[in-house]
Amino acid sequence: MALPQVKHDLTEERIAVLEMPSGGWSDVARADALARLRMMGLPTRRDEYWKYTRPDSLTQAEPPKAAVFEGEDTPLLDDVDRLKIVFTDGVFDADASDDLSLEGLSIERLETSRADIHWARDLYGALETTGQTPVNRPLAALNTAFATDGLLIHVTGRVSKPVNLIYHHKSETSDAMLHHVIKLDSGAEMTLLENGPAAARFNKVMEVDVADTARFHHVRAQGRDHERRAATHIFARLGTESVFKSFTLTVNGVMTRNDVIVELTGDDAQAHVAGACVGDGDFHHDDTIFITHDAVNCESRQVFKKVLRNGATGVFQGKILVKKGAQKTDGYQISQSLLLDGDSQFLAKPELEIYADDVACSHGSTSGAIDEEGLFYLRSRGIPEGPATDLLTIAFLAEAVMEIEDETLADEINARIEGWLLRRRS
Amino acid sequence: MLEIKNLHVKLEEEDKAILKGVNLTVEAGKVHAIMGPNGSGKSTLSYVLSGRDGYEVTEGTATLLGEDILDMDPEQRAAAGLFLAFQYPVEIPGVGNMTFLRTAVNAQRKARGEEEMSSTEFLKTIRARAAELKIDAEMLKRPVNVGFSGGEKKRNEILQMAMLEPRMCILDETDSGLDVDAMKLVSDGVNALRSEGRGFLVITHYQRLLDHIKPDVVHIMSDGRIIKSGGPELAIEVETNGYADIVTEEA
Repeated sequence: MALPQVKHDLTEERIAVLEMPSGGWSDVARADALARLRMMGLPTRRDEYWKYTRPDSLTQAEPPKAAVFEGEDTPLLDDVDRLKIVFTDGVFDADASDDLSLEGLSIERLETSRADIHWARDLYGALETTGQTPVNRPLAALNTAFATDGLLIHVTGRVSKPVNLIYHHKSETSDAMLHHVIKLDSGAEMTLLENGPAAARFNKVMEVDVADTARFHHVRAQGRDHERRAATHIFARLGTESVFKSFTLTVNGVMTRNDVIVELTGDDAQAHVAGACVGDGDFHHDDTIFITHDAVNCESRQVFKKVLRNGATGVFQGKILVKKGAQKTDGYQISQSLLLDGDSQFLAKPELEIYADDVACSHGSTSGAIDEEGLFYLRSRGIPEGPATDLLTIAFLAEAVMEIEDETLADEINARIEGWLLRRRS
Repeated sequence: MLEIKNLHVKLEEEDKAILKGVNLTVEAGKVHAIMGPNGSGKSTLSYVLSGRDGYEVTEGTATLLGEDILDMDPEQRAAAGLFLAFQYPVEIPGVGNMTFLRTAVNAQRKARGEEEMSSTEFLKTIRARAAELKIDAEMLKRPVNVGFSGGEKKRNEILQMAMLEPRMCILDETDSGLDVDAMKLVSDGVNALRSEGRGFLVITHYQRLLDHIKPDVVHIMSDGRIIKSGGPELAIEVETNGYADIVTEEA
């Protein structure tokens, strides 16, 4: 079926300003991705999964400008012992980065990895391809085809400290595209941290292959630059008894679309995906989650909380698909918003599709204001209205933040939320 | 300490008068009790004094240590030394009891221009006070009142009172939902706080709480007014004869 003219033009205009890197093992995958992209076309408002989020600014050839945020507080994760890898506007910054070596894993850069045969060859674009069914993810295919850099991380053992990808944003017009591939061998374990606004516009794909009994922990904080835009995809495949836990904090940002696509392919695996976002005014945040249960006795959790004010918009599209034979599935999904005024809106589309008969799946979605009873109780004990509201707001987000296993990291995330609330009170 | 003069209060949303001229003075060091049938306005009085939304003062004044409190925000009243032990303590999921109390103690100190309590001092104090009320460390860590039994909630109110050291304490039907043992524990907690500089206003339905917290003065409230005041013997009269006689007699 031919692509509608509008989609065709949109896609070709976008491709025209990009240059496909070539000369390495990823060439074939990139060409395939481009073909996939041309088949499906970039998204428009008419696409089923883009009804609540305008894709225009994410798909147009030139990115809208985004001013750089100047925060005076301590950088996030400053006190955490970690391996730092820095990208500025999507370009690897060797001077600011640590040595790319750590016991238990190997790290290479996509841009400089030129070997003919590379372990990442079988993965790069592979999980993205699988993740295109049944829902198209054109921005991810665009990324696979044109990503300029990224990290190829092969985890072979238990890694002693987190790897922290830091994304600086220094140019008002930067348009960055990074593609990471992470492969965890059986029994391996790592924590990946990501933080920073990355670019005026950021398109990021991360493919994570979690082998049997491996554990992957992911905590990210998307930068605070008000005008920044981001479309990110995480594709994960989970083996038997493996664990995948991902938490995202989003503070500010005029447009954020975070897709997480997880496939539980081995029995007894666990996937937890959580997110907290706080938005004020010109803020649009969309979490689109798709979890497929294709094995027995797996557990999945989706916990998403949004605090919205002054006309901010939050979107949640979360799906649990339980395939035939995926018995004893335990699926949980909750999406809630706290609307701090009458101007903000929350749009939620929870979906369950179940083909097995012995499963427990639950989902809930709520939208509400600050609890007046609780507020009065706190104030009657001498806590002024501002701090009392903040306390209740942090409490609202707590269920999502508590999904982070590591307490130090959870504290860092909470401190960032408190900072945001404090800046809004003065 | 607390001086209420000719207080008239109506519901904000509708034209319904609840308090119709309450006069009451609680002196420092004294325990006053207010008893009265359902719907007489006892709880409304406690809410209006603590600054809850939904009520409109149409006439009269209420002062704490000479300061008009009716124009103050709830947090200012608290900092000025007023404390209300809620009839139904509110559950606040996600906020740890300890965090809540520490925030409250230090917010009040800050409002009064005093130095904040250090974490070491706070921990030492709260542990001692909690032990007296048989509140274990686990309860301190849990979110405020979430999953607490009726008795635990009331003990938690008294713990807050002990930590905040208010000048004027109002207890709104603190005995409701308590069994005999819990009532004794709560009463002991309250009695331990009785001091020369502190006033108490105990609102209750039944005389039994007053067996434990012995009042100096007992008031009977009916239809938005205090219709009779007397000594502790008045509470016993209520227990024996009910409210009907007194209400008819004073009407």
